[in-house]
Amino acid sequence: MRFMVIVKATPESEKEGALPDPELLLEMGKYNEELSKAGVLLALDGLHPSSKGARVKFSGKSRTVVDGPFTEAKELIAGFSILQVKSLEEAIEWVKRGPNCSADDYEVEIRQVFEMEDFAPILSEEQIQHKVERRADLPNQTANK
Amino acid sequence: MSAADPHHATHQALHRTIEAVWRIESARVIAGLTRVTRDVGLAEDLAQEALVAALEQWPQSGVPNNPAAWLTATAKRRAIDLFRRNAVAGRKYEELAREVEALEQTLPDLDSTLDNTISDDLLRLIFIACHPILPTESRAALTLSLLGGLTAGEIARAFLTPESTIAQRIVRAKRTLAAKHIPFEVPRGPELAARLTSVLEVIYLIFNEGYSATTGDDLMRPTLCEDALRLGRILAELTPTEPEVHGLVALMEIQASRTRARVTSTGEPVLLFDQNRTQWDQLLIHRGLTAIERAHKINTTRGPYLLQAEIAACHARARQPSETDWPRIVVLYTELAQLIPSPVIELNRAVAVSMANGPHAGLTLVDALASEPSLARYHLLSSVRADLLYKLGRYPEARTEFERAAGLTRNTRERDLLLTRAASCETDSTTNDQKPATSNQ
Repeated sequence: MRFMVIVKATPESEKEGALPDPELLLEMGKYNEELSKAGVLLALDGLHPSSKGARVKFSGKSRTVVDGPFTEAKELIAGFSILQVKSLEEAIEWVKRGPNCSADDYEVEIRQVFEMEDFAPILSEEQIQHKVERRADLPNQTANK
Repeated sequence: MSAADPHHATHQALHRTIEAVWRIESARVIAGLTRVTRDVGLAEDLAQEALVAALEQWPQSGVPNNPAAWLTATAKRRAIDLFRRNAVAGRKYEELAREVEALEQTLPDLDSTLDNTISDDLLRLIFIACHPILPTESRAALTLSLLGGLTAGEIARAFLTPESTIAQRIVRAKRTLAAKHIPFEVPRGPELAARLTSVLEVIYLIFNEGYSATTGDDLMRPTLCEDALRLGRILAELTPTEPEVHGLVALMEIQASRTRARVTSTGEPVLLFDQNRTQWDQLLIHRGLTAIERAHKINTTRGPYLLQAEIAACHARARQPSETDWPRIVVLYTELAQLIPSPVIELNRAVAVSMANGPHAGLTLVDALASEPSLARYHLLSSVRADLLYKLGRYPEARTEFERAAGLTRNTRERDLLLTRAASCETDSTTNDQKPATSNQ
């Protein structure tokens, strides 16, 4: 299963032209390498401050654009990654191992990504058995599936 | 105790946390212990004992700050105790006990994954679990248990095999490795290529076990693909200069990208050319294409996995079936057929040729395969031939061949489809769609 790891912003990360401390970057790099080596990191990106972004407000048929920056840093996002792991607990364990990126307090939110299994109906043992038998009848697909 | 009991709920949550720690750490703990004990079976037993100790002690003491270090230290202490008890039996154990004790002084810190020793131990563990002396199914079970941190029960569910059978396979495999004194090492020189082939074969077998199942059969099975991908990605970081490892990872990433599109909501398989390509997972496709690039940067020779990955990539890049680069697929299949001569690959090549150069060119190749004994009862040969005849307007011949294919397939749904197509030859239809002639493509 996949989880989106959402790193919330801080006043520091929201500063215009703010670049992280090189030592911190090195530590983050090492941590991300650890995730890659464990085969769990699918994607990873950092975001510019909200001053470079915009919001589109939906109300009925109207669409209103509001340019950044936005206040309330802790409700904003500074970066995200996608982890493929076995459980929420495993995602939590990996996140806890990450370095602290800021002198300010901040939060990292972990959310499960919807996957096909979430929509699959729950099958009875009988239906499963039927599928297992039918699987044996499927054509042999060798070189290219 | 009921599930509503808050105490029980906390206990369950802690149990899941310990499982997660185990999943992350077990391979490295076992690998490190195998290096000092020289016995992978014993190493796993010691690590398991440490896990049991964690399950007993953490509910009272709380989860330690560095659970990995705790597990390793506990397992090593057990090793020392064991060797001390056995010390009377021989000096060898005394030496081992001293070695383990010395190691215990240096507890791993959080950066330890970057430590080369640990990476080397992990790679050794992969090679020993996939040792060709073991039967293939034992290699798969042992790899999932030692490297994937899966229990015998989880492996059994994934392979639709009784748990006792899997447990037996793992026990026997460990016994064989000990009895034959298989060294804990990364093979070198000419042996490396052959041993690496065995490792890749095991990972791909695990992947296919999950992939060939129709999704929704059992929630465990699709996760086998994820287990295989995780093992492949780990291996790619441990052996970054091996192009075939990147080739296999690319092949698995691209195949896994189609998971959502390859079955209907009722679990019926959907052929590649009928799949809704907007449902393909672009993140996995991107990862697959990146893995192919990594392989290309190493050298220009292409092994079987990389070739298959590149064929899969040709389909992945085409937003619509009509955009498929068939001439390139022909080149890739030609190379693949030279590396692993197989009538099935030849048949796939013939289909690609028919898409690139027209049905006549394809039919010439298919007819050349007609005398191949291994394909005599292969329904896809007939269905491909029937389709090409149909496209050439040779309807009576096409009809006979469709009926022949229908008689050979064991799949009822496919039989119905083939009989429908046989019947359509009667109506002298002139519609000629641009789909390839086989379900294989």
